[in-house]
Amino acid sequence: MTEPSLKEPDSSEKSVIQIDDLSLTFETNDGPVHALSHIDLSIAEGEFVSLIGPSGCGKTTLLRVIADLERATGGTISVNGVSPEEARLHRAYGYVFQAAALYPWRTIDRNIALPLEIMGLSKKEQNSRIAKNLDLVNLTGFEKKFPWQLSGGMQQRASIARALAVEPHLLLMDEPFGALDEIVRDHLNEQLLKLWAKTNKTVVFVTHSIPEAVFLSSKIVVMSPRPGRVHDVIDCGLPRDRTLDVRETPQFLEIAHRVREGLKAGHSYDD
Amino acid sequence: MTTDAMASPSSTVRPGLLSRALSGTFLPVLVVVLGIIAIWYIAAISMNSTFQRSLDARAEATPTTIEFIESTLNQERPVLPSPHQVAENLWDTVFNKKISSKRSLVYHAGVTLAPTLLGFLMGTALGILLATIIVHVLSMEKSLMPWIITSQTIPILAIAPMVILVLDAVGIRGLLPKALISMYLSFFPITVGMVKGLRSPDKMHLDLLRTYNASSWQTFWKLRWPSSLPYLFTSMKVAIAISLIGAIIAELPTGAVAGLGARLLSGSYYGQTVLIWSALLMAAFCAAMLVALVGVADKWVRRRMGEKVEAGS
Amino acid sequence: MSDITASSKAPGLPEEWREPLIWLAILCTITALFLPLAFLAGDDGIAKPLRSPSGLCVMLIAGAIASVRFQSWLGDLLLFLSSHLTAGILLFMVPAYSGAAGWGFWLLLISSWLLAWQLVSRLSAHRLEGRLQTLLDLAIPIIFGLWLLLLWEMVVVGAGVPFVLLPPPSQIGARIAESLPLLWADFQQTFLLGVLPGYVIGCSAGFVVAVLVDKVPFLQRGLLPVGNMASALPIIGVAPIMVMWFGFGPGSKIAVVVIMIFFPMLVNTVAGFAAAGNMEKDLMRTYAASYWQTLLKLRLPNAMPFIFNALKINSTLALIGAIVAEFFGSPTVGMGFRISTEFGRLNTDLVWATIAVAALAGSTFYGLIALIERRITFWHPSARG
Repeated sequence: MTEPSLKEPDSSEKSVIQIDDLSLTFETNDGPVHALSHIDLSIAEGEFVSLIGPSGCGKTTLLRVIADLERATGGTISVNGVSPEEARLHRAYGYVFQAAALYPWRTIDRNIALPLEIMGLSKKEQNSRIAKNLDLVNLTGFEKKFPWQLSGGMQQRASIARALAVEPHLLLMDEPFGALDEIVRDHLNEQLLKLWAKTNKTVVFVTHSIPEAVFLSSKIVVMSPRPGRVHDVIDCGLPRDRTLDVRETPQFLEIAHRVREGLKAGHSYDD
Repeated sequence: MTTDAMASPSSTVRPGLLSRALSGTFLPVLVVVLGIIAIWYIAAISMNSTFQRSLDARAEATPTTIEFIESTLNQERPVLPSPHQVAENLWDTVFNKKISSKRSLVYHAGVTLAPTLLGFLMGTALGILLATIIVHVLSMEKSLMPWIITSQTIPILAIAPMVILVLDAVGIRGLLPKALISMYLSFFPITVGMVKGLRSPDKMHLDLLRTYNASSWQTFWKLRWPSSLPYLFTSMKVAIAISLIGAIIAELPTGAVAGLGARLLSGSYYGQTVLIWSALLMAAFCAAMLVALVGVADKWVRRRMGEKVEAGS
Repeated sequence: MSDITASSKAPGLPEEWREPLIWLAILCTITALFLPLAFLAGDDGIAKPLRSPSGLCVMLIAGAIASVRFQSWLGDLLLFLSSHLTAGILLFMVPAYSGAAGWGFWLLLISSWLLAWQLVSRLSAHRLEGRLQTLLDLAIPIIFGLWLLLLWEMVVVGAGVPFVLLPPPSQIGARIAESLPLLWADFQQTFLLGVLPGYVIGCSAGFVVAVLVDKVPFLQRGLLPVGNMASALPIIGVAPIMVMWFGFGPGSKIAVVVIMIFFPMLVNTVAGFAAAGNMEKDLMRTYAASYWQTLLKLRLPNAMPFIFNALKINSTLALIGAIVAEFFGSPTVGMGFRISTEFGRLNTDLVWATIAVAALAGSTFYGLIALIERRITFWHPSARG
């Protein structure tokens, strides 16, 4: 029932996320649903990994398992060498949702302060981190605005700043630009890439857009549904300082083609 | 998928039953209701104990604890009658008396329910009419709507008895004045709910009818009215409950002749607490039935509309 | 296509003259000219008809026509002046014709009212910027309310309705001015000693219980249907019992208020706590936030619109509860006591004065809470839009 997945050889770099034979089954009234089935995956420090696949393939579920928002029912997973729960309790990662999920009753700076308040940081430390991260996402000057006074793209940038303010080494992003229009999306993709280059964080990025995955990633994990499993893992060797123009190159198109083929093969057209 | 589901039927059924019982509302509600009855008993014992102690002292009796508790729960005129006393009284006045008898609680409930329903129907009609006018006439919305909202903040219920007496002086007696109070109370929620409901169709649907060059009459019947029905039923639930309250309060000044409100009043005159509580429970039962009735109508209409929508699409 | 051209070339009045209210007002005014304004008793005891003042009629008609000729602010002003001047003069004259008003009077009243209505519909259609629009939106209902009072006054006085049945607003106003100390004492007894403490206790109790059951979903599922049910019950019926238990003083009023408002607060707060979005809750989880941190920083602010909804409903319920409870027993002071005893003594004007105070107290209380709500839930779409 499962495809033989490509096992990532242990690289010289330290592995941040190590997943072995991971499975997750939801019990529903209509019987069990196999959201994830026998996943093996290793993500090294500094990588930008995209999880791509059709809806229902478990890419978001996998991200939520890494974040300890769901619990696996089989197999092992470690984040930073410890269990996802311990990693979460140590605030080891920043999570960016499909929507900005900013609290409408807080101004932008108070929204970014939210995780810092929960961590119990001093006011001074909070303020310096707010300023730094707002600058990182180019939102300086919007501190005192309320979220609903900003555009969708700006809101999502603020939510990225909020995730970064925790100062995690790992950034988990769940289709963060899915609801934005193409032009804003391109712009934010470019900014995200620069941010990644600047901060050298490990990023796990869920998307259903092939160009987005190819443009951003150093590694693409193609997933397929029913049951959710890893179909293919593709290394992209695009230069680190790439711009949007890279999308016109044959190398880009070749990787995109391979991703598309993987998606097609993994997709059962039974519905 | 199906094979997976069938592979382990036993493992899914057992936790399913238990979790269904825990996640449903029946068991929790039962526990809460039993808890309320238990608290009621404890309160009855403690509140009636002072009087019982003085009774015992006068009779120079030294009852055991069990006997003492038993007698606190069965006093003639307790401060707080115990649930079984009220239940006995309810049973007696509901089932053991002729419906036409003035001792029958069913008779009194009927006396209160008649103006409740009449007032509710008149209030609903008035509310829908007002809402329709407000939605279609801009000047009415601007001038009337603020007053309708303000009037809800005025304790109208508190002057209901007086309105009854004024109407009585003009010669309007019997069912109508009480129904008028109920109508007055129930048209507010209907108006406010229906204005919202008639405005609820989104712009796209309204624009679609504009492209058909539909008249505002057609727009009303084909779009605004059907989409306002959920709002109508929600506000009807509020309206029928408040309509019953209006009818009960309206009975207070008429000299305590008949009706649940009159029972409350005469019970409080003669210190017959059991009578008050059984009238109260009867009123609560009526309210629950009325709201449930509207709920059933709501479900029925929704199902019919749902079928229509499916057949059309 | 042919339909459109046909309708645009429809014969008859030009567009701006198609104003049914204006034509009706003019018709009423002209008819009034030939009907008596009032019947005044002469020296011989026979009632003599008094002619309608033609000056007033001319003013009304001139105002009506001018408003159509000038579609601008000038028209609105002329409309305002003609209708309200007429109404003012009629108001000034009416005490002299108490109970003797004739058809001329009523027709003049109707036509000035029609012109006021026309004014309101014209004002409603205006679009202004910012503050001016707010002022206009305030002015329209005020004009409407003033006319309600005006019509009440004129009908009661003009038709000679016995004051015992329904006193005119002017008399109620005079009575309020006369008996301020009495009304203030009643207000203190009912509102400050009964409603306010009961409101604070009842709302806090509902809130605290909502927080307590929040950790036990089982209890929550049991309490919610029971609470929803209880909100529909005629809880006000416990008033006689509370008076028996707690006596005639404010204690029994507080108890009634607490019982009445407890469940709406509980149900709304629980619903508000449950309303936090999954994504927002997951976010707090990724921060490893504790239960109390999540409650304070996410679920409580998010529940504010629900909580304020209950606070607003309860402000009205509390006042009703306290007043009705006084019907079942009270010391010789209090709004409910005043209403029931003064009505027995046929002092209807004092009854109405008390009702006016109750209405004022009720809407001020409600308005105050609505104002605080605006400050606190400014972020909610319903407040922003």
